Amino acid sequence: MSNTFHRGAAVIVGAAESDLGAVGEACSPIDLMAQGVYRALDDCGLRIDEVDGLFCATSQSRLAGLALAEYLRLPEAYIDSTSTGGSSFMGHLVRAQAAIAAGLCDVAVVAYGSTQRSLGRKQTSRAEWNPYESPFKPFLPPTAYALAAARHMHQFGTTREQLAEVAVAARQWALRNPAAWEKTPLTVEDVLASRMVSHPLTIRDCCLVSDGGGAVVLAAPGRAAQLAKPPVYLLGSGHCTTHQTISNMPDLVETGARVSGAKAYAQAGLGPADIDVLGLYDAFTINTILFLEDLGFCAKGEGGAFVSGGRIAPGGALPVNTNGGGLSYCHPGMYGIFLLIEAVRQLRGECGARQVPGAEVALAHGNGGVLSSQYTVILGGAATL
Amino acid sequence: MGAAPQDQAPGRGEAPYGRYLAYLQAGQLAYQYSTAAARPVFFPRVRCPYSGRDCLEWRVSQGRGTVYSTSVVYPRKGEPYNVALIDLDEGFRMMSRVVDVDPHAVRIGHKVAFRVAQDPEGGDPVPEFTLLEQA
Repeated sequence: MSNTFHRGAAVIVGAAESDLGAVGEACSPIDLMAQGVYRALDDCGLRIDEVDGLFCATSQSRLAGLALAEYLRLPEAYIDSTSTGGSSFMGHLVRAQAAIAAGLCDVAVVAYGSTQRSLGRKQTSRAEWNPYESPFKPFLPPTAYALAAARHMHQFGTTREQLAEVAVAARQWALRNPAAWEKTPLTVEDVLASRMVSHPLTIRDCCLVSDGGGAVVLAAPGRAAQLAKPPVYLLGSGHCTTHQTISNMPDLVETGARVSGAKAYAQAGLGPADIDVLGLYDAFTINTILFLEDLGFCAKGEGGAFVSGGRIAPGGALPVNTNGGGLSYCHPGMYGIFLLIEAVRQLRGECGARQVPGAEVALAHGNGGVLSSQYTVILGGAATL
Repeated sequence: MGAAPQDQAPGRGEAPYGRYLAYLQAGQLAYQYSTAAARPVFFPRVRCPYSGRDCLEWRVSQGRGTVYSTSVVYPRKGEPYNVALIDLDEGFRMMSRVVDVDPHAVRIGHKVAFRVAQDPEGGDPVPEFTLLEQA
């Protein structure tokens, strides 16, 4: 397969969230998607009529690309509304850069919106019947991640306390992010004593159910050079789909992040030691442990010990999920866009109390389905191009 | 873009799930075996996913397996129940449940035996498992 990736072929110039949290039943997912687009354009100083590429996904719209083109009145825009679940937006980012490089568009937006908190999860992400799984009533997605967590605990001695450390670290970061949903401290004991959802995961091992949306803007280098905000570049990416359903995951303790991460590192010419700030799709506490292992930050099986003692919390050796993550900041169902927004802000130095000093390289790792789709992107500032 | 001539149109009862279900209704747990890849295939498919060839044969499992992973689901209403992934001795994995035991007593590595469970609401029968006496 030929590699058409050209570092610097496009520039990430804008990033913004829509309203987050609980927006009310009257708000539509496309309202939030469009609000994210307008704010991300305001962030970089581009106008809506300069946008000619739309990349978007949401579980609440079967034809999300058409809905966004209609809302924004962009009839001729190039459209890609591929869905790989929560990892969709990493794919959109990569293909937006490729589309700009191929001359299909000059200014692309990658956008998401969801009102799953206000409408209720059952209405917004209807489960598809699978005769090999649905009759056993797994509570999806939590049960799938619980099965992975149970296996990790069995093979490596990982404990529920270590899983809880992930939630505690995320909460500590969230307390430094004014946009985060959660506003009060959390302890390991709180996590363990919370309502059990699917053993061994309690409600505090699970992500939030919130509303929210957001967008990032990419532009061709010539256009980007006229803009005020510091440029952010896509340095490398990789993707791997190991399965869709959890009963078909080849190994519950090794995700496709091993492959997607290796591809992204190779393309970027970088390794784990070069990453200054890390965003890992933490839909559940086990995710962070699995991805730290599979992306090479610790050995397989050592993730539980690795996250203990505040290593990934504020002040720890490795800053992970500095926005507070899906666990404590925001999780409207497909969280990947928020990893991209936070990576851009960290690389620009815009993160205030949670800023990682001098961050030059960020890794954002998206997850879709039930550990099914793994999509790694590595981003860097001007010094890394 | 015509269909390849060796393709068997998966008509009613011949669709992969239809064949699997027919075995279940006869009290048997069936799976496919790829003669090209020399390995089992589950869930049932129209063709071998390893080779793309029309080389799948149906086999009947002995119904013995090992718990690969296990969870206990806590519904908002009703009692907690088991959901497990079972590795069958023939080398394929499936989701099911381990029954007739406290759901928390099910452990990874436990040996289990297959039986057919009828759906009280008239849906398709499903495979479920019971614990074998542990050695």
